Amino acid sequence: MDAFTTHRGIVAPLDRANVDTDQIIPKQFLKSIQRTGFGPSAFFDWRYTLEGKPNPDFELNQPRYTERSILVTRNNFGCGSSREHAVWALAQDGLRVIVAPYRGEGHDFIPGFADIFKNNCSKNGIVTIELSEEEVEEIFRAVYAEEGLEATVDLESQTLVLHAGDGEKVYAFDYDASVKHKLLNGLDDIEESLLFEEDIEQFEKTHATWIHQG
Amino acid sequence: MAKTLFEKIWDRHVVRDLPDGTSLLYIDRHLVHEVTSPQAFEGLRLTGRKVRHPELTFSTMDHNVPTDETRLTIQDPISKAQVEALEQNCKEHGIHLYGIGDDHQGIVHVIGPEMGITVPGLTLVCGDSHTSTHGAFGTLAFGIGTSEVEHVLATQTLRQKKPKTFKVEFTGKLSPHVHSKDMVLKLIGMIGTAGGTGSVFEFCGEAVRALSMEARMTICNMSIEGGAKAGLIAPDQTTFDYILAEDRPFAPKGEALEKAMAEWRKLPGDPDAVFDRTLVIDASTIAPQVSWGTSPGMVIDVDQPVPGLNDVAGYSAGDVRKALDYMGLEPGQDLTETPLDIVFIGSCTNSRIEDLRRAAAVLDGRQKADHVRLMVVPGSQQVRKQAEAEGLDNVFKAAGAEWRWAGCSMCLAMNPDKLAPRERCASTSNRNFEGRQGAGGRTHLVSPEMAAAAAIAGHFVDIRTWNGGQN
Repeated sequence: MDAFTTHRGIVAPLDRANVDTDQIIPKQFLKSIQRTGFGPSAFFDWRYTLEGKPNPDFELNQPRYTERSILVTRNNFGCGSSREHAVWALAQDGLRVIVAPYRGEGHDFIPGFADIFKNNCSKNGIVTIELSEEEVEEIFRAVYAEEGLEATVDLESQTLVLHAGDGEKVYAFDYDASVKHKLLNGLDDIEESLLFEEDIEQFEKTHATWIHQG
Repeated sequence: MAKTLFEKIWDRHVVRDLPDGTSLLYIDRHLVHEVTSPQAFEGLRLTGRKVRHPELTFSTMDHNVPTDETRLTIQDPISKAQVEALEQNCKEHGIHLYGIGDDHQGIVHVIGPEMGITVPGLTLVCGDSHTSTHGAFGTLAFGIGTSEVEHVLATQTLRQKKPKTFKVEFTGKLSPHVHSKDMVLKLIGMIGTAGGTGSVFEFCGEAVRALSMEARMTICNMSIEGGAKAGLIAPDQTTFDYILAEDRPFAPKGEALEKAMAEWRKLPGDPDAVFDRTLVIDASTIAPQVSWGTSPGMVIDVDQPVPGLNDVAGYSAGDVRKALDYMGLEPGQDLTETPLDIVFIGSCTNSRIEDLRRAAAVLDGRQKADHVRLMVVPGSQQVRKQAEAEGLDNVFKAAGAEWRWAGCSMCLAMNPDKLAPRERCASTSNRNFEGRQGAGGRTHLVSPEMAAAAAIAGHFVDIRTWNGGQN
């Protein structure tokens, strides 16, 4: 996997909550046995009309967002199906960062991203950033107000800097330490786990898997 | 220290706790299907790695396969290539495969339990979010992405952060005609589709204990729709009876079974174990549920009207408006007066023999409404065989239904079974997302009994007071 250290790019808005992976990449594209070629199909049913033309009503189709690489959206992004094809599609469509709000606390906590999706992002070099609802609202407003608005994400310092015309704005975000280490160094998960191969072998000597091999 | 069921399973699978706060977790079973595995096998090929435990890896074809007479000869060349890739990969790595035409082919989450691949106390993963189904046996089962599929193939482990525990207790008894599908839809309606994120549910209480294994699988299946990593139900006599009832080729036998059973009996959580969160729901108050929107959390009792824009907890007025527009509904509308085009009985949620028996009991001696297309898709070839032995196929056909072969079918419409734009469907599946059953299609999630009654009436009915279509 390629390392992620810093990234600067254009921010685009997707003002919808609970965007599920069926929307990010519909089923007809899951038949491929390749890992590439999914980019143009990201958000297919929203992005194109039934006749297959770009849908002018879909916000990401506006010319000002064509060069986007950072997406700001609403909570529970990536819910539903575990399909990693959704993350491949977003990455191949040019995304490096997704920003979504968490909401509430304790039992009422609603995360920015669904679990499996967030995990899949971490395997494909996409950084998922969770900020408060107020902060995300601010970014939405800034994006709408200024064409070509850019942001810089620095993973080491865990900051997102919005380069707004009326001054820079810095947002700090929490980030999982193990994923951060992996992304910063572009480490291969399997290789990392195989460092513990002896532990695995030792474990297997006494662990019952309760399978009948007929 | 007192432990929950989840903690007992977790602890017996930790190979090593790592300094970064994750654990290297051993995986006992890996289920594989054609859609989320080809890139993982390709990854192995590129790095020269092998499948560490082919004997713990099981595969079938379900997402892509036609469920009509054409099933043996897939017409779509891309689907065909994917199915052939799985055949080739299984052959190359010596993995069990139940392919098209095999007596045991079926939806991966139906055949696992059926064949005794799923037993209590395991860790079980699959590149499919509905892997949570297997939690019904008291096994930690969850969906993973393709990168993790490759990781499990190569190492038989996963790096995981320990999730939180969330106890969902259903007290009391369910009313007649209310099922586990209604329990889980009710729960998702209450907590929302992200309510369980980062947690593992443990379903317990009198109403859960009373459920059959099939019904328990339905409730655990939709844990993911509540955002949870997995759902668990403690194993009990119902679980053991299911495992012993029939020939389950991969379940332990003889002395091995006795040893396993002794361990399985220790799995239920200690009485004083502490959960991170607890929710209690009185099962006797649950009504048959129907989803009205484009998220499984958008759900109402069948006798309630479609809600207003500001009446849905957890969704903004804008989200509700978008969902209603997509579904072609208005606030205040009565779903029992809204005509349906298609009724789909199937999917890993509700396609087991008990689901088909329930649907058949409603359809027996009756006819579907003329304007409705009714599809019944068994979850596995074994379920199909059993249903035919019981004569259920004749009941379905006499009622005007299409009696199909096993597969995921119209749950995700990856095969030729799909809705046309604006077609309205009563579905026993698990997701009512936009376009899930076909671009522009409109899905209402219900139990098999509600779906069968809707097929006869041509619209939803309150199954508790329905007169069976008599005037």
